[in-house]
Amino acid sequence: MTAERSTVLDVQDLRVYYHTRAGPIKAVDGVSFTLAQSERLGLVGESGSGKSTTGLAILRLIKPPGNIESGQIRLAGVDVMGLSEPAMRRTRLGAIALVAQGAMNSLNPVMRVGDQIIDALIDHGVQASRKALLERVASLFERVGLSRRDMGRFPHELSGGMKQRVCIALAISLRPKVIVADEPTSALDVVVQRQVMDTLADVQADLGAAVILIGHDMGLMAQFVDRLGVMYAGELVEVSPMDAVYEEPLHPYTRLLIACLPSLEQKGVFAGIPGLPPSLLSPPTGCPFNPRCPHVMDRCRVERPVLKQAQRGRWVACHLYDGDGHHDGAG
Amino acid sequence: MTVLVEARHLTKVFGGGLFSRTHTRALVDFSLRVDADPPSITAIVGESGSGKTTLARLLLGAIAPTSGEVLYQGKTLPSMSSAERRAFRRDVQVIFQDPYDAYNPFYKVDHVLAKPIANFGLARTPSEARLLIEEVLEAVGLRPAETLGRYPHQLSGGQRQRVMVARALLPKPRLIIADEPVSMVDASLRATILGSLRKLNREFGISVLYITHDLTTAYQISQNIIVMYGGLVSEAGDVELVVRQPKHPYTQLLIGSIPSPNPKHRWMTRGAADASAKASTDGSCRFAARCPSAMPRCWEKHPPLFQPDEHRVVACYLHETEPTTMTATAMDEVFVR
Repeated sequence: MTAERSTVLDVQDLRVYYHTRAGPIKAVDGVSFTLAQSERLGLVGESGSGKSTTGLAILRLIKPPGNIESGQIRLAGVDVMGLSEPAMRRTRLGAIALVAQGAMNSLNPVMRVGDQIIDALIDHGVQASRKALLERVASLFERVGLSRRDMGRFPHELSGGMKQRVCIALAISLRPKVIVADEPTSALDVVVQRQVMDTLADVQADLGAAVILIGHDMGLMAQFVDRLGVMYAGELVEVSPMDAVYEEPLHPYTRLLIACLPSLEQKGVFAGIPGLPPSLLSPPTGCPFNPRCPHVMDRCRVERPVLKQAQRGRWVACHLYDGDGHHDGAG
Repeated sequence: MTVLVEARHLTKVFGGGLFSRTHTRALVDFSLRVDADPPSITAIVGESGSGKTTLARLLLGAIAPTSGEVLYQGKTLPSMSSAERRAFRRDVQVIFQDPYDAYNPFYKVDHVLAKPIANFGLARTPSEARLLIEEVLEAVGLRPAETLGRYPHQLSGGQRQRVMVARALLPKPRLIIADEPVSMVDASLRATILGSLRKLNREFGISVLYITHDLTTAYQISQNIIVMYGGLVSEAGDVELVVRQPKHPYTQLLIGSIPSPNPKHRWMTRGAADASAKASTDGSCRFAARCPSAMPRCWEKHPPLFQPDEHRVVACYLHETEPTTMTATAMDEVFVR
């Protein structure tokens, strides 16, 4: 469905392991996906599914004991893995920006928020007079729905939603091509969440940037993203257009995930997904979901399924869909 | 119908004193009766600063009200004898938000379960205690063999929170106050934990006060709901009425802000209210500054509770013309049983 738009981010076979005394924890284990220009892609999964690690790895922000073991990341044609550390620093914020989980708590409490953005601009080589910089930050603030006056405030003078908007203003300050938003609203009330997401949608449309939204709130995904990637135990198990995922989830895990969503539309029976996520230290052989899967077959216990196109634009890693004439790779 | 816990005109003001300009009215004139029989699940919903956690702490006797009182089986908390207080502490249990904070990382999870048994003398022998622990773990869907003997960090967040539910169940309480019990766990585990709470209610006859910011789970689990804003009740009653046909502009805003997992159900039109506006405090309706329907009189006095339906009250002048006018004392009279 995104064939006509050019690819801005291409991730192939990404592997991120955390090295512990007990052995490597395979937090991300062979993730491949592409992101089209101005596309909104969601990554959902339970805690520990590797969704945040994937986001951080794209920005090369994995810290020891974590390590990017292998994989290719091409951002607007540039090989991210091959960049020197200074070049990577310029790429971050410049070409790809992160709105981190709890980003609002990352603001410096003793510095006016406007100055924090000016600092970031100078740090990334923007050369301009103080007056021009102030003007630039003012326009960023207006773009995220804050007032010029707010530039002179300290973080403690702002509400959570306003702080999060400062972080969005910072993220878009150098007009990045990709914004990675990792649970940008997880600490906010629903009404404020709505406003922050509106802000993100506005600036995204404005810049034409692509967004990767990471989270576990399926509702937020449904309202924001074009395409959804479902992660389980460090792997992408399904990538499909959002509408299709909700209408007809393909992977048994996605089906259970959607079935256990509480809704305001009907009072349901509470059914969580039986069992627990696997240990990433010693994942089960075969499909990582096989111990919890209601459709498990003998084959699932020995052979790990790969992400394949099951229908047009829909990719799933499940032996149920292993039929004829499918291609390898990821959409 | 026996009243178990009763809040009478509870008001809690924080701050004041030397810097008296900065005091916060966290809870204002809140009254509620919680029955033991029939056992009920009541949800208390509000965003941060709505007063819901202050209410929980007042009901537990963890903090003292500025005015008003909490009664347990007809006796106010300060007037209880030590035996009565002991019974209160046994009968009213609490589950907190953070399943990580509640554990001492140096002790095995067994410790957190053995403690209430020792405190309340629930078992005479170690084997009896063991049996009791296994029983409550199974009641919340945990396998004792996989849970006991482990350290907290060896359990998942969902397992830890279920152990907390099991712990609350040990003294066979009559009321469980659950303060945001699922806000720190994943969606798939949320369903499991809420399922255990409902099971406690149905199978063990325990009443539950479910305190949350999440209207969706509140709707799923409770019969009655109280929506709070700025320390005051904005709407309360039958959850079907309040959630399906909300009358208070704040409840409408809350429900409209919840993202539906169905991509076809689009979010309400944007920009409906300015959340950065603080709750108004100086005697006006607390929601007036954010309310799309605010009238001049809303700025004069906070509205009392009006009763537009048999099973609902709403604090909004838009519904003043509705048949009966009630006082806050009787909010729970409209609840469905």
